[in-house]
Order: sequence, then C-alpha cells, then structure tokens
Amino acid sequence: MLSVRDLCVSFRTEQGVLRAIDHVSFDVEAGEILGVVGESGSGKTVSLLAVMGLINDPNATVTGSIRFKGRELVGLKPSDLRKLRGRDMAMIFQDPMTALTPVYTIGTQIAEQITTHQNISKRAALDRAVQLLAEVNIPKPEEAISRYPHQLSGGMRQRAVIAMALSNNPSLLIADEPTTALDVTVQAQILDLVRKLQREHKSSVVFITHDMGVIAEIADHVMVMYAGRIAERANKAEIFRRPLHPYTRALLDSIPPLRGPRPPRLRAIPGAPPSLLHRTEACAFAPRCAKKIEICSLKPALRGTEHEVACHVVNHG
Amino acid sequence: MVALVALLLIIAACLLAPAYAQWAGVDPFSSTLDATIKIDGQDVPVMEQSTEGLGLGYNPIDPTWQLGNYFLGADNQGRDVMARLLYGGINSFLIAGAATILTLAGATILGLASGFFGGAIDTMISRFLDVLWAFPVYLLAISLSIVLIAQGISIGPITIESGSLWLPIFIIGIIYIPYVARPIRGQVMSLRKSEFVMAAIGLGAPSSRILLREILPNVSTTLIVFVPLMMAINMLTESALSYLSIGVQPPDASWGTIIQDGQGLLYTRPVVSLAPGIAIVLTVLALNVLGDGLRDALDPRSKIKIGGR
Amino acid sequence: MLWAILQRLWQMAFVMIGISVLVFAIFFATPGADPAARIAGRNASPEILEAVRKSFGFDQPFYVQYLLMMKRIFITGDLTSFVNRGWKVVPAVVDTIPVTLSLVTGAAVLWVIFSIIIGTVAAANRGKWADKLLMILGLIGISMPVYWLGDVMNLITQSRYKDTWLFSWVPPLGYQNFSDSPKGWFLSLVIPWITLAILYIGLYGRVLRANLIEAMQEDYVRTARAKGLSESRILLKHALRTSMISFVTLFGLDFGALVGGSALLTEVVFDLHGVGKLTYDALKNLDLPIIMTTVLYASFFVVAANALVDIAYVFLDPRVRQS
Repeated sequence: MLSVRDLCVSFRTEQGVLRAIDHVSFDVEAGEILGVVGESGSGKTVSLLAVMGLINDPNATVTGSIRFKGRELVGLKPSDLRKLRGRDMAMIFQDPMTALTPVYTIGTQIAEQITTHQNISKRAALDRAVQLLAEVNIPKPEEAISRYPHQLSGGMRQRAVIAMALSNNPSLLIADEPTTALDVTVQAQILDLVRKLQREHKSSVVFITHDMGVIAEIADHVMVMYAGRIAERANKAEIFRRPLHPYTRALLDSIPPLRGPRPPRLRAIPGAPPSLLHRTEACAFAPRCAKKIEICSLKPALRGTEHEVACHVVNHG
Repeated sequence: MVALVALLLIIAACLLAPAYAQWAGVDPFSSTLDATIKIDGQDVPVMEQSTEGLGLGYNPIDPTWQLGNYFLGADNQGRDVMARLLYGGINSFLIAGAATILTLAGATILGLASGFFGGAIDTMISRFLDVLWAFPVYLLAISLSIVLIAQGISIGPITIESGSLWLPIFIIGIIYIPYVARPIRGQVMSLRKSEFVMAAIGLGAPSSRILLREILPNVSTTLIVFVPLMMAINMLTESALSYLSIGVQPPDASWGTIIQDGQGLLYTRPVVSLAPGIAIVLTVLALNVLGDGLRDALDPRSKIKIGGR
Repeated sequence: MLWAILQRLWQMAFVMIGISVLVFAIFFATPGADPAARIAGRNASPEILEAVRKSFGFDQPFYVQYLLMMKRIFITGDLTSFVNRGWKVVPAVVDTIPVTLSLVTGAAVLWVIFSIIIGTVAAANRGKWADKLLMILGLIGISMPVYWLGDVMNLITQSRYKDTWLFSWVPPLGYQNFSDSPKGWFLSLVIPWITLAILYIGLYGRVLRANLIEAMQEDYVRTARAKGLSESRILLKHALRTSMISFVTLFGLDFGALVGGSALLTEVVFDLHGVGKLTYDALKNLDLPIIMTTVLYASFFVVAANALVDIAYVFLDPRVRQS
C-alpha cells in the first residue's frame, strides 16, 4: 500500500540545514492501523506531511522514495499529487477548532472535497455529505450540513473533519493527533469511530500521537520515532510486552500502568530532545540514555525483522 | 537600509539650504523680479517678458540645470526654486517631526491612562477618541487651521502667534492622537492583565512605578514603529494644509507651499510644483519603507498598517 | 436584536452630537478666535463689530447659539449662510452630494477591483519579483500627495498631452451632471477617479496581501491543501474570502470619510463642486452655518458607514451572524 524508503526532509534555516527526517523507512499494509509515536519534534508529523506532499516550504527538500499503491510520489508533478490528495489519501489534523474555514458551512466544505475529485453535481455531493455526517454519528445530519464550524463543539467538528477526510473513500487515512485537543470522553468516542470506519471502509490508517495510551487503544503496529529517526518498530503487543529501545521503555514508564500497584512516582525522561540542526554521528538518544556505552557514539542501524530496534545496547530476538 | 540612507541624504541636503543660498547668492524669501543672472556669459532676466497675449505678463525663467544658478528656475516672484526647495524641506521635516513627537506623547499619555486605570477615565477618554475618530481628519485639521491661522492662539501663558510654525505642528500633532492612542490603549489593557504586571501589583508596587517600569517599556516598541509611519502621514498632512494655504504661512516655505506657489504656473513652468512634489514622494516613500522594515524587525506580528486618512 | 439597534442608534447620535459640539466650539470657544471679527473684516470699527455680533446672534450664550443652529438645520431647515445672506444652507449641501458621491463611488469601484487583483497576485507570488514590484508601486501610490498627483494628471491631460490622441477626449476641468449628459459625466470624472483611487489601491493592495499571507498560514488552508484543492482555489475561495472581512471594515470607514468630505483635495484640484469643496470654501469664509451642516453631514456618513460595515459583517462572517 504505502512504502517509504530512506525518506529525508531537510529545511534550510538561518542557522544552517535542519534535517527533520533522517533516512526513515516504513511500510503501511492494506487495512492496517500504524501508530506513530514520539514527542514533539520527533518528526512524526513531518514524515507524514511528506507522504501527503504537503511540505511546500520553499526551504525544504524531500529526498528518498515514497511509493503509494505502486506509484512514486517523490518528484511527482504537484497537479498529479493533488489528484491523489483528498481522494486516495486523506489527512486530519490536530486542532478541529481551526481546521475548517470559518466562513463556509460544514456541508459546503465536505461537498467541495467531493466535487473536486468526482464528477458529480453539488446537490449529489451535499446528499453524500449528509450520509457521511450520519456515518460519523453526528445527530441530525441534514441540519448539520448547513451549520458553520463555530456552531459545533470540538468533538462534533472533529467528526465533521473525519467525515470530510473519508468523503472519497481514501485507501490511506493519516490522522495527526486527532484527539489531543479534545476532552477525554470525546477522545474515546473518536478513537472508536476511527476504528469502526477503518473496518467499514477497509482503509489503512496512520495514527500519529504522543500518547502511548492512545496507541494501546487503536494501533496494530507501532513505530516509535525519536529525533527524526525510527527508534523501534513492532506490532502493538510486542511493543507493550517487550519494549527494547531505552526510549520506548522510558515512554512506557512515563504513563501510569493500568494494572498492578501504582508506582510511587512516574518517571520522566531526563533532558530534552537534541537539536536537529547539528546532527552528530552518535545515537540521538545517547545524551539522555541511562544505558549509554562507548559504541553509542556511532549511529545505530535499525536491526531485526519482526521487531526492529535501533540501539547498540539491547540484544533483541 | 537604502531608505535610511536616502532619508539622511535628503535631510542633509535640506540642512545645507542656508549654505546653498549664500553660495548661489540668492535670497529665497524676498521677490527679485528684476534680477538678472548670467547664463553662458549673457545676462538673462529672471523674469522674462511674456510673448503671449498682450505681452504684459512675465514668465519666470526655466530651469537652467546649473547648480547655484537658478538650477530649477524661478517662481512667480523671481525667487530661486532650488533654494526655496531646500529651505522648505527644513520646515517640512521640522513640522512632521515635531508633530510626531506631540502625537506620540499625547497618545501615550491617553492610552496609558485609559488602558491602565480603566473605569470612568477609560470611558471618558474612549468616548472622546471615538468622536475625534469619526471626524474625517482632514476636515478637523482644516477647521482648526482656518480658525487659528489668522489669529493665533493663546492658552494661559502660551501664546502662539499667527503664522508661527508651531500652529501646524500643534494641529497635526493633535488630530492623529486617536490613531495611535487606540492601539496603545489596547496593548496596555492586555499588558495590564499579563502575569508580570499582576505580579508587580501583587507585590504592592505603586501604579506610577508599574506604568513607568513595566508597561511603558513594552509599549515603547509600538511607539518606535509608529515614528516613521507618523512622520510620513504628518508630512503628507502638512503639505496638504500648506497647499490649501492654511499650513505654513509666507514668507516661510514648506514643500506644500511651494507646490501651491506653482499652481498658477502649472502649465507654463511645471517644475515649480513638480520638484517639491517629487521631494515629498521620495521622503514619504523612504519613511514608509523604513517603517515597514522597523515593523518587521521589532514587531513582526503587529497589526499596525501604513496609511490612515 | 432591538436592543442592539437602539444601542447603535444611541452611539451614532452620541458621536454626531459630539462632533457638532466640537466643531461649534472650535469656531466659538477657541481662545483668540472671534467669528464676528472675521466676518466684519480685518480693520472693522468696534461699532460694526458690535452690530455684526448682534445680527448673527453671537451675543447670546454658547449653548443657545448651538441649539438655535441645530433647530434651524434639522427642524425648520431654513438656516442661511453668513456670507451670502439668504442662501439656504441645507439645499446647498444637498446639491453637492451627487458630485461627491459620483467621485467617490467611481474611485471606490476602481480601487476595490485593482487592489484585490494586486493584493492577490502579490500574495500568490510572495517573494518573487512580481510581488516586490507591486508592493513598491503600492508604496509609491501611498506616498504621493493626492492633490499633487492631481496636478500632475492635469499637467498631462489638460496641457502637455491635451492635443494628442491619448487625452484629446478629456473634457475641461469641472463636473457635468449625469442627467445632462451621461457621457460627459463619465468623461469628466475618469481622471479624478483614477487620481483618487491610486492612493487606496496602494493601501488596500498592501493590506490585502498581508492579510492573505497571514490567512495562508492558517490551519484551514492546510486542510484545504489536504483536500486536494488547487492552490488558486485555496487562495481565492478560502484565504481571500476570509480576508474580505477586514477588507470590508477598512473600506466602509474610508468610503464614509470620503463621501463625508475627505475627498476635498481631489475636488479642489479638479474643480468639482462637491461637499468637500463646499466645506473648504465655507471654511475660508468662516461661514459657520455651512460648516456646521457639512460637518454634521460628514459625521453622519462616517457613522452610517460604520453601521453598514456591521451589517456587511453579518453577511461576510457567520461567526457574527449568530450573536
């Protein structure tokens, strides 16, 4: 379905070249939910924006290979890429409050996406919008299409955004922290919704989050990113049962366990992520790593087959 | 950067006006209808007898394009336009600059008082600013000018003679106060609610100290950004008032009055009006570019926009 | 809703009263300014001065004079000029309104169309030479004194190139009634329209570009890109549409001020006898009744334009519609 190889994204800045994504490779299979986890600045959003072809900063360069349904996206003409966006792959963003144009109704905005990619009338597109809104459990969808974004609550808006993203039955849906800005109860509903829709539409989903709890809830496979590189990748059960990378462990330690005695104190990860401006050859996590050894001054390769990890210290399966 | 250099060059040239007049041997403030100058060794009268109509009229001399020798020709009173242009520039800058200081000072006081103390003071000041705001500035400036220009004004111990340069400064300085006071008031109000000011209030610091030490420094960036923009607007306003003969009064000159002097000669000796106009355009352009640059450098997210009429 | 309208009306009334008192005070209460002295002439004898004072009612208290004048403007409508006695003021002002309205409306059409084109083209080509060129041109437009630009226009179209094919169609300065000759009306206003519009094209083009560039950074634009919309559609249907909200605010204020008399410099340069010119002439003669009437008229337009902007908001911004 989606196959990313050696993806690099760099930005030219006044201080020098910033390499936000450094040789990242991953695959998304049909019908799979891939959870991408990492802290802010780890490159999880940028790498998926690159997949969507949404990095249009004149100072950015994207290299490597992104194959989507057998088609190479890197270097594809912008107009061809645009035809894929919103039709075969769709993306929803973190903050539903600002993601919709304030001056158009929900219906207009959904219909716009449909008519852009399908040769149907505005009327038919609006009918389809009503169906979609019903599918994402928005009450009274016939009325909701003539509502403006500000008239809906955050949760309802995010549902509308999801409905819009699904309007052309995309085979790949990228969700960038779609629940972060929402209340906890609404979060759970949205996660259920994404799961249900993924099953019904048989699409693949890439779910970006910084929340291991959300990953536990939704993902089939998990990819942990750190400083623009992949730290560890495995299926969900593996990651939670047998985290190998010290960073993954630290992430899991920093959330309260669901079962068992409460630890006296949650452990935070000491230090801050490294600057991406002046990359060294060392393991990016080494400065914060408790298990650092001499060899960590060399960049670790991602090793393993089913459960991959980029760490010199661990001996994996 | 280019704008700053251009601006400094223009100011420097204007400041050299007395030296220029002396070197050229002209008096830019009295009419010299029967003067003659030497061009290519020949004596040429500054005012040429008109050949049109009855031949009774006089036409001032065309530009000679010789520096120090009626470079830009003469006006309808035989005065050297180049010398007047430089002298006029001094007044234009003086009025624009002094009026800017007056506007910013007045706006800062009103904005600080209104934004910081709130309540009745705020209501009073805001309503007053609303009224001024709804009044087209040019009409206000013209009303004030017409009343004051003939008689001058005396408030208590301060008396401004009619014809004094202080009149246009005073008038232009006042009319733009709402334009600056409003944004400052808004900024002060949000600063008033900010944590560091709350902390200072909590620590029991007196209002005067908070205003001077905490709020004023934060407002000063906005004020600095306003300086070139207000200079530009003031220069245009001054020239408009002078053009309507209610700004700078003769025998003083400003770029606006020189354009006005050239009105009767517009079709015969257009340079008299064109030259000061070009000087205004260049100066205001430089000020606006400078203002843009300052704003981008100091206050990139600000909402201050150029213009305001 | 009713409450909002009442509040609005009260606000309008307050501002208009404030302005009329302010203007009245400028002419009567300014230290050193004596209208009788101005009317009677520079070297009038004390007896004449006294007579002038009496006949114009200047010997009465300030507030009586003010109320009397208001009554004669609004209720009886028989206020007459101080200078040309017997000249009724209200009809005189009404006569000038079509001139000003013609001038300002035509210029507004020009400046709205061209500033939208310029702002959009500049924003779409941000940082490229087209953007830089347009912005410099806009800045030059803002930096030109409008009366001087008028002079230059006159010099070109009335004198230097008057007899060439390019400008031979330009009629002599002055206004022609639309009812007399629509073609003459149009031709006589073309150059004034362009002159007045240039400043605002520069101003609005720059403001719109800045707003568009700001809007293009918004999250909803990223959403629109993710939807697969073309860049031009995003710019026009999403960013421009949202930016029009502040554009209209600015437009309402400027249009109101211009119709209210701010176009007087243009009117003076092109010899158009509009409200601004009337005010200016009256100011020169200290013809207070005319000044008071035009100023009230001006403030009415400014305040009315404000109200219209608020109504336009309801159509442009659904967020306002609700409350």
